[in-house]
Amino acid sequence: MLIYSQPLEVTQILDTVDQFLRTHLSPGMVSLSKGILTGLLLLVAYAVIALALIYIERKVAAFFQARLGPNRLGKYGVFQSLADMIKILIKEIIPINKADQLLFFAASFFVIIASLLAFGAIPFGMDLHAIDFNLGVFYLLAVSSLGVIGILLAGWSSNNKYSMIGAMRSGAQFISYELSAGFSLMTIVVLSGTLQFSEIIEGQRYCWNLFNGHLPAVVAFVIYLISGHAETNRGPFDLPEAESELTAGYHTEYSGLQFGFFYLSEYLNMFIVAAVATTMFLGGWMPVQIKGWEAFNQVMWVIPSWAWFIGKVGVMIFLSLWVRWSFPRLRIDLLLNLEWKYLLPINLVNLLVMVIIVLSGFTLTELFPAFFGR
Amino acid sequence: MTEQIIFYMLAIAITVFSIMAVTSKLIVRSATYLLFVLLATAGLYMLLDYYFLFAVQVSVYAGGIMVLFIMAIFLTHRPGTEVRTKHGWRIGLSVLLSLAGLLLCGDIILHNAVRLYQFTDAETITMQEMGTAMLGSGKNQYLLSFEMMSVLLLACIVGAILIARKTNGSEKETKETDQ
Repeated sequence: MLIYSQPLEVTQILDTVDQFLRTHLSPGMVSLSKGILTGLLLLVAYAVIALALIYIERKVAAFFQARLGPNRLGKYGVFQSLADMIKILIKEIIPINKADQLLFFAASFFVIIASLLAFGAIPFGMDLHAIDFNLGVFYLLAVSSLGVIGILLAGWSSNNKYSMIGAMRSGAQFISYELSAGFSLMTIVVLSGTLQFSEIIEGQRYCWNLFNGHLPAVVAFVIYLISGHAETNRGPFDLPEAESELTAGYHTEYSGLQFGFFYLSEYLNMFIVAAVATTMFLGGWMPVQIKGWEAFNQVMWVIPSWAWFIGKVGVMIFLSLWVRWSFPRLRIDLLLNLEWKYLLPINLVNLLVMVIIVLSGFTLTELFPAFFGR
Repeated sequence: MTEQIIFYMLAIAITVFSIMAVTSKLIVRSATYLLFVLLATAGLYMLLDYYFLFAVQVSVYAGGIMVLFIMAIFLTHRPGTEVRTKHGWRIGLSVLLSLAGLLLCGDIILHNAVRLYQFTDAETITMQEMGTAMLGSGKNQYLLSFEMMSVLLLACIVGAILIARKTNGSEKETKETDQ
């Protein structure tokens, strides 16, 4: 395999930082400062991506509803979400009378820490991966399941029946759809034969998993998009916070920065679902490559891997917003029916089909090794 | 050095939150403290580089069982009110029992710690090894127990459906009350 020149990758900057730390600090301090730097970078990225997503959401929503959206602050209103952030930071945090203060306070942290833990495991680009477990997918599923506890506690400790109903709905929805999301990811794990994100991406060099596993992979992709969308409480599945009946659902009583935590984590969960879908099905940060076309591959590698990642994730997020503004809200019984009576059985059969296809060698990489083989 | 600091932080968190989980008078709060204990235990597994157990601990205990606990607590009568201890002698009895448990566990750990240490000198266990150990039928492989476990869980599911299923009479009643 040829070594491609990658002028815009961040690998070199990372190496320079690494060298700089190594020359100036003792080995223990190097790992400590690296940990702190990575944590800071992730936090900053978390906030910046959330701000960008809020702006994008508002613009896309406006587009779908044939209006302008934010357009006063800066050109096309690009600074609107920055202004919103400042507003939310300086707002008063109002303690609720007769609420369980400790749990009320802790709940918002639960939600944001769960999404931050999941966020940390995402491979953003070549070498832009905070930690590469050999059970990356499992880790992601495990930590993202923590968020629901925060939502339940928030709803209960608010001492408000709307919050409570919203939290119970959200809990039921999250637990149900997590099953489907897990199973559809397991389908792809069967196809890739590994749980490690870096190996999953490397396996999709010439053929994305979506095409490699053809029928079962496409079914798994659709199911993952539906259940991921439902897990983030958005779009047609946003009945935990159905405004007309439950005001704002489980975070009705929250104000200021605590509300901001819920708000941020909602947007970041959308990003995480899109990023996982990208990594598992669409080749992650790997540029589009065709076996044998070295010149073409070279050109594709000039576009840095993080740009590929952002592009693919952007498409997935646009899809999510499209769905959100196109479908009416489901009723709670219809929502749970969809999961337990349709998605879950389809998913189980799909997993079995995938196992048969992989074992009998009917994946594209096995059928046409000349075009798609590694 | 770093590992020791992290270990002490986790150990303090586990101790403090276990005591708080038992002494708290509000049942939802004790469930939350228990959750912190379970999460800190997961942190210990992470410290030992045993990532599989870490993920299992987080997803099964913290993500699964605690959600069930909290949901079940919400279904009880007024979970927000403080629980009052009524019988003084029960406290003494439970203190005695937990001390006996501590002694027993301490004794077992003390006599087996050296042996255990010899067992775990292997490299980090990967997911593949885990899978073959779980689903193999050779020596030190657990296919039979794995299958027994799934049969047990299936029986649990069937039992749960049997309990939750409405009989014809009660179904009519609930429909009437719904309307």
